[in-house]
Parts: sequence; structure tokens; C-alpha cells
Amino acid sequence: MGEVAGDEVLYADRVRVYPRAVRGVARNVKWALLIFCLGVYYVLPWLRWNRGAGNPDQAVLLDLASERFYFFNLTFWPQDFTLLAGGLILAAVTLFLVTSLFGRIWCGYACPQTVWTDLFMLVERWIEGDRNARMRRDAGPTSFDKIWRKISKHSIWLFVAFWTGGGWIMYYVDAPTVTVDFWTGRASTGVYGFTCLFAATTYILAGWAREQVCTYMCPWPRFQSAMLDEQTLIVTYQGWRGEPRGHGKRDGKSALGNCVDCSACVHVCPTGIDIREGVQLECIGCGLCVDACNDIMTRTNQPLWLIKWDTLARQAELAKGETVEPIRLIRPRTLIYLAVLGIAVAAMGVGLAMRSLLEVSVQHERAPLFVRLHDGSLRNAYTLKLVNKYTHDVSFDISVDAGMRAKLQVAGATGAASDAITILVPADSVGAYRVFLDAAPGGAEARNADIMFLLRDTTDNILIKRSANFIGPGKP
Amino acid sequence: MPTKIEKDVISGRDTTGHEWDGLKELNTPLPKWWLYSLIAICIWGVGYAVVYPSVPGLFGYYRGTIGYSTRAEVDADVAAIAASRAGSMDRIKATPFAQITSDPKLMAVAMASGKITFANNCQPCHGAGGGGRPGYPTLASDSWIWGGKLDDIVTSITHGIRSDDADARASAMPRFGADGVLKPAEISAVADYVLSLRGKTGIDVSAGAKLFAENCVACHGDKGEGKREVGAPNLRSAVNLYGTSKEAIVAQISLPRQGVMPSWNARLDAATIKSVAIYVHSLGGGE
Repeated sequence: MGEVAGDEVLYADRVRVYPRAVRGVARNVKWALLIFCLGVYYVLPWLRWNRGAGNPDQAVLLDLASERFYFFNLTFWPQDFTLLAGGLILAAVTLFLVTSLFGRIWCGYACPQTVWTDLFMLVERWIEGDRNARMRRDAGPTSFDKIWRKISKHSIWLFVAFWTGGGWIMYYVDAPTVTVDFWTGRASTGVYGFTCLFAATTYILAGWAREQVCTYMCPWPRFQSAMLDEQTLIVTYQGWRGEPRGHGKRDGKSALGNCVDCSACVHVCPTGIDIREGVQLECIGCGLCVDACNDIMTRTNQPLWLIKWDTLARQAELAKGETVEPIRLIRPRTLIYLAVLGIAVAAMGVGLAMRSLLEVSVQHERAPLFVRLHDGSLRNAYTLKLVNKYTHDVSFDISVDAGMRAKLQVAGATGAASDAITILVPADSVGAYRVFLDAAPGGAEARNADIMFLLRDTTDNILIKRSANFIGPGKP
Repeated sequence: MPTKIEKDVISGRDTTGHEWDGLKELNTPLPKWWLYSLIAICIWGVGYAVVYPSVPGLFGYYRGTIGYSTRAEVDADVAAIAASRAGSMDRIKATPFAQITSDPKLMAVAMASGKITFANNCQPCHGAGGGGRPGYPTLASDSWIWGGKLDDIVTSITHGIRSDDADARASAMPRFGADGVLKPAEISAVADYVLSLRGKTGIDVSAGAKLFAENCVACHGDKGEGKREVGAPNLRSAVNLYGTSKEAIVAQISLPRQGVMPSWNARLDAATIKSVAIYVHSLGGGE
């Protein structure tokens, strides 16, 4: 199979990976993290958070329809989108730092692809048995045993995938409401559609694609080499200790190394690689091979940790028999990442703290630029965009520092113009208010005068200033 | 004619069987999926041409079996929008202004409808936002000739001013100069007096005042404050339709311009006219 270019085959069929079950430290940590991550995923939408009447009471809610993101006591508006970018930068730098310290532990332990693949493999092992049983059955002829096991496995996979998709939806709409609506057929097409979409992607990515996602689809392995260096703790086969590998008795006379060449490390690997070949693109750093090898070392009465987390520098020194340097967590690379992380955290913190919950903009009306009134005064109209992100109403006292005799009036309001007006902006809303500024006759004939709108939030007594122009005919 | 189809040893493919001076060509057919897609598209194309309008003729075109037409689709869309607006517009038509202005939902519909209608019909003369043009009133100002209440505005729009509508508003400023009623010096004196009404000082207005009392007060009022019933403008206003300079006043006394606004009742329905009135009223000068 495959296209031929010269002598080189550019296409490689997927070699099916049948990972074997394994017990040990890494596996236990993986199970714990799997339970933790899935727990957070499913429980988070059900946490309630009181925001007062008329507001959603879901602790974490990405309300796209009404353009609000709720995160416990914080409410984000579309205007706060920069914070999301900041959050992503924060996550990226954290990933850089962790990777440069401990290798790809994100990939191996916490990445959703790993978590759900682990979950799907658990189901597979439960129904179809461990590695050898699965391989034997897949290679064998179609039989009743094979069919019912495959059907059961895929059914459970689809069931899990469905709950994954359903769980995802709950972050975007009120969880208890959508759960009831979903099962009574009253949920929106979008809810059903996205549940099916995420169920399908979960089923395909965790059930079928698995390690191919990590190897071919994910961009992270492509540039992980930029984060790793010889001081990074990675899953390493201690070749100096293991080689020459081989079967046979270790009775002190043989020249064989510790590696008994049992291939246990290869059999448990979820990406199907041989760690003894060194650092590889496919390695997600999960350390299951460490567990597998430790098990074999115990059985063959040899020292543990033939495969272990270590740095390439230390391994090189060990191989040469030199003095082994300590593991260096603090080094220029990690310090730089730490510094960038610190800056990002500080910037985010400042951004969050300085985030204004009131936003004001003053726009001069363009047509007409000014209007002459019957008493000879000049009128300019402005649109005040007042954004109130609070959960309570905010009242603004508005006046103008114009350097001329001028009076304000809200368009459509009855009563005479006055020096100051008050506008009430309802909670959690954006309002556009048209106001007139009338300059006394003869006082503002210049083509353009700089003026300042002064808006005072009467609740918190915050003064907001916005500069604007007063436009006149420009005659002397 | 293919002479001999051979198998190429390197690629493992057949040749076409043709040979030109010793040159042979590998048989590399189109991919099956491509070929079948082409055939499928051709079949689909024939079906499309039968079902939908396709072949032009000299006096028309083949209309297709289902009679599809993009124009009919647009008409249906327009009708659908009209139907969706019908409820609100009927309510605007049936509801008195006092109730419309206190109903935010109905106001929103009226304002949106009025704004668009104004832009389509009124803006060429009255300017964007009612800013006015020379000779065309500034609707955003509070200076009105025929009145700035909502009902006044509706009447002005419905019947027009000096239009061919039987109920049109009309005022006829006499042609004092052109018809020889006043001499140029007298017109100048009246113009000076009118300027003094707006506060201009330092000019002798005794002659003008006398002429004004004799000729103008009947319509413009004792103090030049105007009379809306007859459409006589307030001469004390800082805003004047045909200008506030002395030249403009002299011209308007000598040979008055008599601006015309069409009646809109034939073009706009009652609810739309009410909407426009609400929009105009909101521009800043509404009374």
C-alpha cells in the first residue's frame, strides 16, 4: 500500500495499538487525575452562585446568547475579551514552564484527549479483555463472541460520548433547565445539535483516533522540542544500565544489562512506541512504561527504575561514569518562563482589578452638526453610550464643562433644559441616550470648541470625564 | 488503433497501446470518483434545467416545471415582512399619539419606521436628521411655521404645503415689491423694522414700524410674532426659512418665495405618516 516517491514510502498505515493494563505509581496518578478532571467537568455546571434576582445563578456559565460570561463572582462582557486573551497567554506560558521542567506531563496526565482515551480504554478492557485477548479476537474470525463484545463496547462508548457532549452543553445554558428540557424534547435545536456534535467528536477522537490525535493532529508535539532541553525531567530508558538487553539468567557471569527485552514497556504504551529508542515525538510522557518496567524488575530481582524520570544530561553523565549533577529546576529557561508568567499574572491581575464596570462614550451627532433655535441659541446633539456592568441600577449626574453658558436636556424629556441632568441606567445593560446641549445666543459661534462631559456615578461617586466638541457656524 | 497494450515494468501500469516513433504512453485514466462525480453532475444539470428556468427564447424563456422565479421570491419576502409589521403598524394607526409615546415598544417600531421613511422620502429636501437646507425648513429646530405638535406635523405631511391637495396648508405672502404695493425705500424700511424685532439696534425704524402696522400685522401679528393658523412665520425668531439677513428679508417682501411641500397621503399610509411625525418630533424641536 502507498504512494511511491523514489524509493521512499510517504504513507504509513496505522499500526493498531493494543495497550496492556498496568499497575504502578504513574497509573495511580493517572487514575486519580482522571477522576478529578472528569469530576470537575461534570460537577462544575451544577454549582450555584447567587447573583440576585433576574441573573443566572450558575457559578460557571458562558451565556453566548446574552453575551455574558459568568465565573463565580465575576461577570465578563464582550468588552472584557482582552482578559480571555490574557488567560490563554497565561495558560500557554504555564504550559511552557511545566514542560520545560517536567516534560509533557500535560499530555500524559491532564489533556482531555488523554483523559477520555483512558476512559474509553478502560471500557474496552472491561468488555474485550486485555491486550492479548483483544489481539487474538481481532485477528480471529467473526463470531458471536466477537460481535456482541464489539457492539457492547461501541454502545458504551457512544453512551459515554453522549454524556460528554451533554456535559459540554451545560456550560452554555442553565444546567438544570437544559437537563429537563433535553429529556422533554423542549430544548433548542442548537442544544441537540451541539450535544450530538460533541458526542460524535468524543466518540471518534477517544474511541477511534486516539494516539493519532497526539501524533498527527495536535500541534503541541511539533514545538515541544523548543521547550525541552537536556535538563528537563523526561521519561528515560537508562540505556547504560539496560544494555545489552537480552533474555537469560543474570547470574553475575553474563554480560547482559538489566533489560530483559520483555517488551512490557512497548505493550503498555498508549502510543505504541519503544521508549528504549530515546525521546520521541510520539511520547506523551505518561510514564506507564515506568510502571511496567518496575513490575518486571521486581519479578526478575533487579533494581527498580530502569525506566525513570530523569534528565538527558544526568543520563549522559551516568553513561560515561562521571559525577552526576543534581537535577536543576532553576535554570535560565525556567526563570525566563517564570518571569513571563509573573508578568502575565500581574498584567491579568491589574487588568481584572482595573476593569471598569461602567463605560461611557460620547458621540457627537453628525447630521445636523448644529441647529439654530428660535431664540438664537445653538444646539448640538450627542449620543451618550452608557454601559452599566453592575447588577444594580446606576444613576449618572451629567454636566458639561464647556466654558460657555450652555444647558443640557435629554431628548424627548419634558421640561426646560438645565445645567445638569440625571440619567438612570438599568442594571446589566447598555443604553444609548440622546442629549441636547444648548449654548446661549451668541456664546458659541466658533466653528469648534472643546468641551468636557462630566458624568458622576451617584452610587459610588466616581467621576468620569469624556471630551467632546461643540460645533458652531464659525461666523465671527 | 491500439496495436498492443503492454504492461510497463517500472510503474506496473498498462500502456495505451499507441506508439508514435517508439514513444508509448501510460494509460492513466481519470480517477473513478472524479469521473462518476462528473457524470452525476451532468445528470443533475439536466434535471436542474428541466425543473428551473433555463433556456432563453426570443419572446420569453422556458419557465421550468415548478415555476420558480427570484422575483416571486423577493415579492414573497417583502409580503412576509409587511405581514410581520402589519400588527404593529395597525396599532400605530389606531392608537392616539399620547398612548403611542407612553408605550416603549410601539415607540420603538414607530421610530424605526419613521427614521427609514424619513431617509427615503424627506431627507433630500429637509436634510439628514432634519438639518434643513436653504429654503427648506430645519425640522430639528424649534422654530415652526405651521406648528410643531405631533398632530400639526401629521397634517403638514398628509396634505402638504401649497400642494395640489384640496386640504393643503397654504399661505400667500403678497408680492409687495413686484406688484408695486411698496416702493423699494419703503421695503427697506420695513426690513429694518423686522431686523429690529430680533434685537438689532441703532437704526431708525419709525417709518418701518408705521408701514409694518399698516401692511403686515394682519398676518404676522402686532409684534411680528407670527400666526400659525395662516402660516405666517414668527419674525422674531432667529431662524427664518428664507434667511435672516436684510437682503433676504427685502427679497422676501418684494417677491416672496412660496415653497411647496407635496402631500404624502397618496404615497404613505396613515400609520407611516404618524411614524414619520413621531421621528420628526423627536429630532429636537417637537412641541
